[in-house]
Amino acid sequence: MLTRNAALLSRGIRQASSDVRRVTLIPGDGIGPEISSSVVKIFEAAKAPIDWDPVDVTPVKGKDGKMRIPPKCIELMHQNKVGLKGPLATPIGKGHRSLNLAVRLEFDLYANVRPCRSLAGHKTLYDNVDVVTIRENTEGEYSGIEHEVSKGVMQSIKLITEKASRNIANYAFEYARSQGRKMVTAVHKANIMRMSDGLFLRMCREEAAKYPDIKFKEAYLDTVCLNMVQDPSQYDVLVMPNLYGDILSDLCAGLVGGLGVTPSGNIGKDAAVFESVHGTAPDIAGQDKANPTALLLSSVMMLRYMKLNEHARKIENACFEAISEGNCKTGDLGGNGTCTSFTNDIIARIQNSD
Amino acid sequence: LSSFSFDSVMGALTKLMHSAVARSTRAASSAAIQNDMQRFRSPVMSTEKAMFARYGGRSTVTVLAGDGIGPEMLKHVTKIFQFANVPVDLEEVPLSSHPTAEEDLDQALTSIRRNGVALKGNIETKFDDPTFVSRNMALRRELDLYANVLHCHTIPTIPSRHKDIDMVVIRENTEGEYSGLEHQTVEGVVESLKVTTAENIERICRFAFNYAMKYGRKKVTAVHKANIQKLGDGLFLQMAGEMAKEYSAVEFDSMIVDNASMQLVKRPQQFDIMLMPNLYGNIISNIACGLVGGPGLVSGMNFGDNYAVFETGTRNTGSSLAGKDAANPTSFIRASVDMLRYLGYSVHADIISDSLFRVLVGDRLHTPDIGGTSKTSQMVDALFRHMEVEIKKQM
Repeated sequence: MLTRNAALLSRGIRQASSDVRRVTLIPGDGIGPEISSSVVKIFEAAKAPIDWDPVDVTPVKGKDGKMRIPPKCIELMHQNKVGLKGPLATPIGKGHRSLNLAVRLEFDLYANVRPCRSLAGHKTLYDNVDVVTIRENTEGEYSGIEHEVSKGVMQSIKLITEKASRNIANYAFEYARSQGRKMVTAVHKANIMRMSDGLFLRMCREEAAKYPDIKFKEAYLDTVCLNMVQDPSQYDVLVMPNLYGDILSDLCAGLVGGLGVTPSGNIGKDAAVFESVHGTAPDIAGQDKANPTALLLSSVMMLRYMKLNEHARKIENACFEAISEGNCKTGDLGGNGTCTSFTNDIIARIQNSD
Repeated sequence: LSSFSFDSVMGALTKLMHSAVARSTRAASSAAIQNDMQRFRSPVMSTEKAMFARYGGRSTVTVLAGDGIGPEMLKHVTKIFQFANVPVDLEEVPLSSHPTAEEDLDQALTSIRRNGVALKGNIETKFDDPTFVSRNMALRRELDLYANVLHCHTIPTIPSRHKDIDMVVIRENTEGEYSGLEHQTVEGVVESLKVTTAENIERICRFAFNYAMKYGRKKVTAVHKANIQKLGDGLFLQMAGEMAKEYSAVEFDSMIVDNASMQLVKRPQQFDIMLMPNLYGNIISNIACGLVGGPGLVSGMNFGDNYAVFETGTRNTGSSLAGKDAANPTSFIRASVDMLRYLGYSVHADIISDSLFRVLVGDRLHTPDIGGTSKTSQMVDALFRHMEVEIKKQM
């Protein structure tokens, strides 16, 4: 019996220690530290079982003389497998690889997911927007393969592979299923780029056949753009190659109010990094004016990814309520509050809901 | 005659037969509406080298019906031209998505090269058939129609979330992502080549700046993704910036395409001329058309140094509306008006354009795509009634 109890106890202890998840936190530059601090406080109030590992990602010179992310940061990410990232200033200098690109490549974060939902209390010209753009994040037009063929003739190569297309299509349907979404639309231009987008489309069709519970549609990129700005309610989940995804996700963000209120997640097979996609806003940094909504909603996405749905719901509801009813929201949301007052409002709502 | 008595004479005469026309004529006479009607006419830049087929005082133009609603739209345009006694003969050449021989395309090209001008419906691209090439694209490339121009502007009474839009989308029409150069490197790995040449960039930029100068446009915004496609879009951005220095009267700025898309849905009024390579042009023009009310309203012009082809702005086949008398004829009729203006028949162009404006704005006859219940034929009948009034004024 003693051994049985010991076994139970050790399992219990293991359970308890694995209940608290460690997340790598990259506060970022400009308003990054302020909004990250807001998120940390809100998580604390919601008693979310998250411990943060903040890292500084200022590039250091590697052995080969190239600037790269500090190896400690990479190690931590491999360990934690989940990250939350604030806005990073684009460094000016030669020999530096974009940090976003480096992280993406290191962890093969092949899916970029951006849910765009109309916020009650933050009115735009569009109501009832509820779309999710799922963008292939590793290849396509962003392969960076370009050269000058002859004088004045440039060639950029768009790369589409069966493997990456299949992965993203599969992710889109899995996402739709797990989030209870009804329809996936593949966005393409196979009439013009028949081999590349044709391959992408074929993979989408093959995956669609495996998910008969989810409706599947195909649409030309231009038709989606045309329809999206007239009636966004006709779309649900959209899956597409890299460039189209880049543009469409920003278009959809514009419909609901911009990058300041839009969350984003980069998902790989083993790891994920959630981030706010707005800029560092150096002009308001340190003035308590920053709006933490984008980073907060990204952290909510993160909680859902980690299957901490109850905490996600609590925080998300408090945030929506604070925007919809509260008077403490920041200026960009039409309020007179500060980052602190907005954060405190959300915290109060979380505590009251318990 | 004072305007009052003119109106009462008009009212008395037409009340018997055209009471709706009289109401809308009066309604449409305010200054703001006049401005909108003028804007609706849309300027068309003819190139100096263009050659038209003109015999016995009449022009001949090639007409390609295409698929979907193309054929029925063309029938309406034919009747409208007949009604207005437009001195233009329409040479119909078959070219659709039916898998007929290559000769169809060759015939179409020969006809357009002879006539210099064409009016075109959209041809569906059956992309699942690997041997089928986009015929729309083939036409553009063979005729070297390097500039695609869309005038997207707010039309009063058309439901739309945004107001006061007046922009021109100028898009490179032959290269870029639309080069059609693709290959499978190994199984499951496909490369698609985006080709950008200094020569084509030069042409389209110059077209845009000349357009700005000719029509008093204040600003050109170059749309690009040079941060990612440093060579291709980088060259475009660099050349556009250099050329801007030659046109000091025109303001020049640039914007990354994803931000441009976002800005368009938030505040489209900030844009004047938007200049860009092929694919972004496809995206931006569709966004812009959606913002002013949809695919049924905007026409698209395609210019080369020697030829011009006129079509709808968003190049849809509209197959779901074919044969239902429900499609919005506005974009097609405006395309035919653009063509008349290009050929120099501005009097006829104005008659048709102003009459169409009155149907949309005065009579408020809107087809379902813009939230109404009118049929195509109702709009066209009303158009004839207004045209009759306009023609009489000319006499």
